[in-house]
Amino acid sequence: MNQFLRRLLFLPDQASTFALDVDRLHYFVILTTFAMSTGVGLTAIWFFIRYRRRSETQTTPHIEPKTWMEALFVAVPLMFFTGWFFLGYREFVRQYTPPIDSMDVYVMAKKWMWKFAYPDGPNSVNVLRVPAGQNMRLLMTSRDVIHSFYVPEFRVKMDVLPGRYTQIWFNATTPGRYQILCAEYCGAGHSIMRGEVIVLRPQEYEDWLASQRRGLLVSQQDGQPTGMDFVPPLGNLVEQGRRIAADQGCLKCHTTDGTRHIGPTWLDLYQRRERLSDGSVVLVDEAYLTESMMDPALKIVEGFQPVMPSFQGKLAGPEVAALVEYIKSLQSDAVRTGPSEGPAYAPIRGR
Amino acid sequence: MRLSEADSHALSGAPAAPNYLHDGTTVMSWLNTRDHKRVGIMFLVSVVFFFFVGGLFALLIRFKLLQPGPFFVDALSYNRMFTLHGIVMIFLFLIPAIPSAFGNFVLPLMIGARDVAFPRLNLASFYLYLGGALIAIWGIIHGGADTGWTFYAPYSTTTPTQVAPILIGVFVIGFSSILTGINFIVTVHTLRAPGLNWMRLPLFVWSTYATSIIQVLATPVLSITVALVTIERIGGFGIFDPARGGDPVLFQHMFWFYSHPAVYIMVLPPMGVISECVCAFSRKNPFGYKAIAFSSLGIAFVGFFTWGHHLFVAGQSVFVGGAFGLLSMFVGIFTAIKVFNWVGTMYRGAISFKTPFAYICGFLYFLVFGGMTGVALATTSLDIHWHDTYFVVAHFHFIMVGASVMAFLAALHYWFPKMFGKTYHEGWGLVAASLIILGFNATFIPQFLLGNFGMPRRYYQYPEHFQALNVASTAGATLLGFGFVLIVIYLGISLKWGSRAESNPWGSKGFEWLTASPPPTHNFDEIPTITQMPHDYRTHEPSGVIRVA
Repeated sequence: MNQFLRRLLFLPDQASTFALDVDRLHYFVILTTFAMSTGVGLTAIWFFIRYRRRSETQTTPHIEPKTWMEALFVAVPLMFFTGWFFLGYREFVRQYTPPIDSMDVYVMAKKWMWKFAYPDGPNSVNVLRVPAGQNMRLLMTSRDVIHSFYVPEFRVKMDVLPGRYTQIWFNATTPGRYQILCAEYCGAGHSIMRGEVIVLRPQEYEDWLASQRRGLLVSQQDGQPTGMDFVPPLGNLVEQGRRIAADQGCLKCHTTDGTRHIGPTWLDLYQRRERLSDGSVVLVDEAYLTESMMDPALKIVEGFQPVMPSFQGKLAGPEVAALVEYIKSLQSDAVRTGPSEGPAYAPIRGR
Repeated sequence: MRLSEADSHALSGAPAAPNYLHDGTTVMSWLNTRDHKRVGIMFLVSVVFFFFVGGLFALLIRFKLLQPGPFFVDALSYNRMFTLHGIVMIFLFLIPAIPSAFGNFVLPLMIGARDVAFPRLNLASFYLYLGGALIAIWGIIHGGADTGWTFYAPYSTTTPTQVAPILIGVFVIGFSSILTGINFIVTVHTLRAPGLNWMRLPLFVWSTYATSIIQVLATPVLSITVALVTIERIGGFGIFDPARGGDPVLFQHMFWFYSHPAVYIMVLPPMGVISECVCAFSRKNPFGYKAIAFSSLGIAFVGFFTWGHHLFVAGQSVFVGGAFGLLSMFVGIFTAIKVFNWVGTMYRGAISFKTPFAYICGFLYFLVFGGMTGVALATTSLDIHWHDTYFVVAHFHFIMVGASVMAFLAALHYWFPKMFGKTYHEGWGLVAASLIILGFNATFIPQFLLGNFGMPRRYYQYPEHFQALNVASTAGATLLGFGFVLIVIYLGISLKWGSRAESNPWGSKGFEWLTASPPPTHNFDEIPTITQMPHDYRTHEPSGVIRVA
């Protein structure tokens, strides 16, 4: 019955603990609405058939409703509406009261992307990984205008405001991939401000988290792996590149989150086709990245000024490689390592 | 002192014109008129023009949405189009449509007055409307705005498009709305014919009176709000900018404090039209006259306390959400009272299925469905999934098009003989009504399903699984568009070549039919004394008599 009605009403899959309860009220409310509007329509048609005009000068009796009828007109809708309201409000309060054992993720929205930061784990752009069956609380804020975090399969939505935090919680039941949509109009990229929630089985989530932590561990030991730990070299190099980029001042002009600054953003830069100021198009690969560090004025991306200094002789070979690997790792659907950039916010449970 | 038409002609020495349409035929005689009927006609022409402008934007939007990816226009143009569709339809069509056009024309006739209380103010109201519209159009031509008609800060305060001229246009149009409201309130209080006490007022007058109260009390808040956004854009005051201590949610509270009552500015006059038409076409007294009349005032009152239901997921507290949710239910109750009474009016009547009656049937179905989905949206937890999706779009189009435009068309057909003294073609009327009702369902029922499916509104591109329903909706919109064009064609033909209408072709006992159709310049040769309730069909006696002094 639930599945039949859900498909009939085009509702998406029910992938959180809220979904079924919300949908049950939805069925009740919509079926009542259908019954009521059809009832009124059919009564009007029946009255037309029964009482159609017999002559152009026909007179009609003066009829007024009895008091009990007036009372009924008020009481019946009042009963239904307040019934809906109390059922709905109970669920509403539940949806806005995160349980005490929730796991926190910080969400930063900006035109037109979602950034997620785990307090003690990795950051990511546009991809939120959560374990199934775990209460998750999202603490959300915006860098520019109002956005709204919406996952249809979870039946959750909350506006994301600049200058304050809003929170939302959910418990995903079914492993899978679900689209995050921005539901509050935010400009030209509003409709493509989409992300993804990947719900993992708890064990898969632990594995993923562990692999991320290994990368972190290495960086905390200043990039000196001991023989005891196996560390994927990529994570190491990427982390090195990140530090070099900060030390050398690259990040003063290049952003890593997609926003336009003095130089082109590094997010999704690798394998991007850039139009140059002379009209030609270049595919950004390792060679182009290296060349641009050594002789930046040679190929200027259209719309930018040739202000970057040359790093010839300032960077060693391995450092250039680390920077290139770091830029390659900045894909909006990939996960970055590094300490949380999330804002300070009192967690629910003491850590 | 009231002058009869004969007196006034004796004073001016001009020959008596047969009716207001022939009392001066130059352009200036229209542009400089004080006659409420001519002001009403000028409003009617303007709002119909803007309805087609807004409708054109709607069709362009629907055409783009045939494809999920970039198609036909770019994102910025698309965003401008839905913004302009909203602004034109709300501020230039729906708000003035029934009160300023039909209200101006029939309200003084219904209460047996020679004109509104302030005829010059009435004309000024038209020019403010036109002036505001021109300022807004200037902004549209010079870049347009991409904020959505809701102008949410801080997007509206930071976007580089031409938001300021459009806000100033809306500000000026607001004064037009306020002046019309004041004029109607004073007119109803002071210019009623002898014998027309408050409990005999036609129901259209009651609903217009309730609307006028909202116009006078709520519109200033809109003016303040758009003025603040304009000041913030031009002067950088930071009222809605959190970086400088402002609050973006404050904008939403102020905006909806006007814009939710504004929904009742758009829907109460249509309810009044339906109250008149149901009685006229059922030849029946209104079932529960007082219930219908007072529920209009009830809606006007409660409408001021429901704005927070637009902010359930905007960051207001859970308690405030609940309070606004519960208060919103009362609007549903008052509307339900009206619906039951309209259906009750048909009971044991003598129903004639003319074009306006077809629109009444459409109106009843759409109002109940649209209204109850509105109550469903106010059921807090359901709103979380539906908020800012196509479900909301479909819901308010059911009210704005399904109810308000249906009533506008009912009014247009019902009062067409009264206004122009011509009959329209009944067959074509029914064809157009069926096209519109069918096209309307085909357009907006898929949008309800799209909302359930999770498609947010104001989406230029959308995930591909939404495409089928979008194509269905566009097909319906095309049908709807044909219906509206058809009406303009056959009414235009009737205007030019239609046969002469009788003075009271419907045999209606609404008070506006006590005078000739079209009415003389001063409405009544002698002011009638009202002796009955409106729409009393027990006898054939006229509802008013001329007392010979």
